Amino acid sequence: MSARLVFLGRLADFAGVPERVVDPGALETILAAVPSDLAVALLDDRVRIALNGELIAERGGIVLAAGDELAFLPPVSGG
Amino acid sequence: MIDVRLLTDPFNPGLFVGPFTAAHPGLGGVCTFVGEVRGEGGVEALELSHYEPLTLPGMQALGQGTVDRFGLLGILILHRTGVLLPGEPIVCVSAAAHHRRAAIDAVDYAMDHLKSRSWFWKREKRGGQWRWIEPRADDYTAASRWD
Repeated sequence: MSARLVFLGRLADFAGVPERVVDPGALETILAAVPSDLAVALLDDRVRIALNGELIAERGGIVLAAGDELAFLPPVSGG
Repeated sequence: MIDVRLLTDPFNPGLFVGPFTAAHPGLGGVCTFVGEVRGEGGVEALELSHYEPLTLPGMQALGQGTVDRFGLLGILILHRTGVLLPGEPIVCVSAAAHHRRAAIDAVDYAMDHLKSRSWFWKREKRGGQWRWIEPRADDYTAASRWD
């Protein structure tokens, strides 16, 4: 079973897809396999990260298990 | 009553505000704000995207927090997603309270937080081209004045 990366807002355009299926494992390893400009955009300080619907403050050491969903949330603009 | 919804289709705010108001007999005042898609500058359409696991739960927490902070009788928060055309309502916030000031301030507070702290991403179409809207510094300033 695999894990998923979800891209919101402009990151979806940047990635060319709204989500991407990846092999479980360390986030560092996963991001090493995506285009480097996308990896840089995903790791921008202003991009928040949510693991299975919960925001996480510390992005170091993230390891995705099978079935996990990791969302990348750029600065919002609602209303 | 706390009524918070994400809507995928065009809506008539009055059809929500009427029943919301009627649900609070004895209230002192209701304040309602409706935001619509501006047609100026050649905007042809707007698209609002959201993230299901966070967006509605975040709006519900905002609704509860606003009720608690201002001692409201109730709050109604409606926000569109999907593609919107100029003139369509995008957001509606209505607050019912015993007193005028609480109702007015609550709507101001909820709107500031919807604009800069809720999980929505907005892009607009001009001249056939879609362009993402960057959050504005004064939207953040508006929300931080309540901190």
